Amino acid sequence: MLSRVADSLYWMCRYLERAEHTARLVEVHLNLMLDQSLESADHRWRRVLKCVNAKCKEGDSLDGHTMLYMLTFDPGSPCSVVSCIMAARENARQVREQISSDMWEQVNRLFHEVRRSGVNDIREAQPLEFAMSARNGLRLLEGITDSTMNHGEGWSFLRLGRFLERASEIATTLDVHFREFFTGDTTREGTDHHLEWLGLLNSCSAFESYCKVYTADVRPQRIAEFLLLNAEFPHSVRFSVERFERSLRGLNERASDRRTVRLNRLAGRLGASLQFMQIDEVFSSGLSDFLHGIHRQSLQIHSAIYEAYINYPVQMALEA
Amino acid sequence: MATPILTRDTLLPAPFERYSTTSAWDEMFGDDGLPRERTRPIFDTMLELPAEELRRRKQVADLFFLHQGITFTVYGRGEGTEQIFPYDMIPRVITSAEWSVVERGLTQRITALNHFLRDVYHEGKILSDNVIPRDVVYSCRHYRRQMRGLSVPRDNYVAVCGSDLIRSPEGKFLVLEDNLRVPSGVSYMLTSRQVMKRVFPSLVQQCGVRSVDHYPQALLSTLRSLAPEGRHDPSIVLLSPGVFNSAYFEHAYLARQMGIELVEGRDLVVHDNIVYMRHTSGLRRVDVIYRRVDDDFIDPLAFRSDSILGVPGLFNAYRSRNVTLANALGTGVADDKAVYAYVPKMIRYYLDEDPILDNVPTYLMTNPDDRKYTLENLDKLVVKAVGESGGYGMLIGPHSTAEQRREFQDRIQSDPRNYIAQPTITLSTAPCYIEGQVVPRHVDLRPFVLSGEKVTVVPGGLTRVALRSGSLVVNSSQGGGSKDTWVLHD
Repeated sequence: MLSRVADSLYWMCRYLERAEHTARLVEVHLNLMLDQSLESADHRWRRVLKCVNAKCKEGDSLDGHTMLYMLTFDPGSPCSVVSCIMAARENARQVREQISSDMWEQVNRLFHEVRRSGVNDIREAQPLEFAMSARNGLRLLEGITDSTMNHGEGWSFLRLGRFLERASEIATTLDVHFREFFTGDTTREGTDHHLEWLGLLNSCSAFESYCKVYTADVRPQRIAEFLLLNAEFPHSVRFSVERFERSLRGLNERASDRRTVRLNRLAGRLGASLQFMQIDEVFSSGLSDFLHGIHRQSLQIHSAIYEAYINYPVQMALEA
Repeated sequence: MATPILTRDTLLPAPFERYSTTSAWDEMFGDDGLPRERTRPIFDTMLELPAEELRRRKQVADLFFLHQGITFTVYGRGEGTEQIFPYDMIPRVITSAEWSVVERGLTQRITALNHFLRDVYHEGKILSDNVIPRDVVYSCRHYRRQMRGLSVPRDNYVAVCGSDLIRSPEGKFLVLEDNLRVPSGVSYMLTSRQVMKRVFPSLVQQCGVRSVDHYPQALLSTLRSLAPEGRHDPSIVLLSPGVFNSAYFEHAYLARQMGIELVEGRDLVVHDNIVYMRHTSGLRRVDVIYRRVDDDFIDPLAFRSDSILGVPGLFNAYRSRNVTLANALGTGVADDKAVYAYVPKMIRYYLDEDPILDNVPTYLMTNPDDRKYTLENLDKLVVKAVGESGGYGMLIGPHSTAEQRREFQDRIQSDPRNYIAQPTITLSTAPCYIEGQVVPRHVDLRPFVLSGEKVTVVPGGLTRVALRSGSLVVNSSQGGGSKDTWVLHD
């Protein structure tokens, strides 16, 4: 397929995944605010902004309301749910022919819904309802995509975007949270900020699955292990990277070896490290470093995708 | 045929009770006020069906357009401005005998135009023989000097032509203008037919309508026949300016129907004077480009350097004959409205035949007598800018204000080369179903002519309707709509 089309499909899903993650964070944190949390609203939202890599300087005096607005309704803020959905829709429009009509209809519907709820003052809006409704719409879209689109080359690019974004987001969310609340002592049984650790699990819709593996005994090290290394839970970094690799294998059959060498190596290395790593090792060498490493590798993988399929230099690509 | 035959006093049955003819030729009703034989079945059907049923069928048609996403984007508005293409469900009928004349006339015309283009980009014999003044050709903005001496496959410059025809009050088809650059509208022709088959299937069958569905295959064949030498299984693409272009729907539709790739300028790359598409699997060579991007924007290295729609180096690849562009560059010199006035002469000069289809009489503002006459009679004439399309830059004398006429007077005097004038021909009228009533509206016809290995004219074409009462402007960008056109079998 045309490189430009692959590019748009990839980004469409990155934006959709981003929107869903942000909406989920907003939902979880709004609920936490109600649960007599000790943290101040301003501090909390600043933390959430870090989770979505929003650009805001430390010195910026943004109040909680403004930050919440930036995360939800603000079309001028690139990290808001509304902006991500708009960007996804714009990409979808460019490649309307490649996606199914059902997908397009749902993207469009979602787009019009979030625009309609456009508000200028967060105090007048219902951010919780908005976040929940957006998330439902996004999950519906994910389902429609998987069941109405041919699982061919186009679909593979959608998957690359979705899973790379997911891996990166989970790693970032983990990092921000652990920096804030982890005392460094992995042997402690009880935890302070119990609600916040629950919140972390909920941010990845992971609480119930975590319980099935570890019981409701919430411990930081186990949470890290679950969200980083669990092979079966859809919102773990390992799961995401493995699905990413799977889609890559599907694409490999079509592209030449030369251009995809680096991409395959990077993805394979990340996948292998997650597959064979043990959580003790992660903590002894430093969780934060490990997470930074994942984030860095994600960025490298992203540029490798461009090198392999989209922006390859002409010299490398001439074929008869 | 100057006296109205049907007036408010002569009542036709519903839903025709508000129908009245004028001096225009009416597509449905004859001089006697009765429906013509060719349109009788349609007339009968409209009478037989109860009002509710007619309304229901109209809704079916509307929904079809909506669900298929058959849209048209209007320039100059904000985002999300795709509108459903305005459409009327009463078909316009042409007899087989009438069509035969049109078909032969258009075939003759495109042949002569291709000869003309080849000539003016090479030896220019028609100019040295003084059949057409040199300066009319060379002063044309769309004459591309870069095309001089360049040869194109089969000497075929125009692969797709949309000539606009009108029917005079005498019922004769005249050519109003030729569109030889990037004519559009064929996708509406194809989808209108689908709608009619859905909404009035028995009528289609009863009337015996010639099919148009072969257009995409015919276009593909035409493009294939223009492949560069040695390329036996040519790779063909459609080059579009992209989603923001008003005709994008058509680009996507045709690409899909022909099974070819829809590309934008940024998907193509030229290397060693060969054109390639950027695919995820590598570069794929391109042999023929059905280009829907204007000359000015097609190559920033050869034409407008600020264009982001084109492909740098495309012109060099074209010149090296490694890629074919359909239509060729520089065809605009032949659809300039001043050059249009000379087409009958071209037919005689190159083909030694009389034109089968006549032009509308045309006054050139560069001619002193024509100019004087025009300036004295602006209220009776239609004045057009030579290089415009879409119905813009036009003055319709009888509908104009004194101020508008003064403005055009100034324009003509300061830039005579840029204007022509024609008598206001009353376009023929056809019945339209508007708000539960059938009323007459002015129409024209745009058949589509394909020229490659051979000339193919699809029976019918796009009938464009000026939906506003009394309006003579049929262009979709200014409130026009379309109708299905039925050419009958013998």
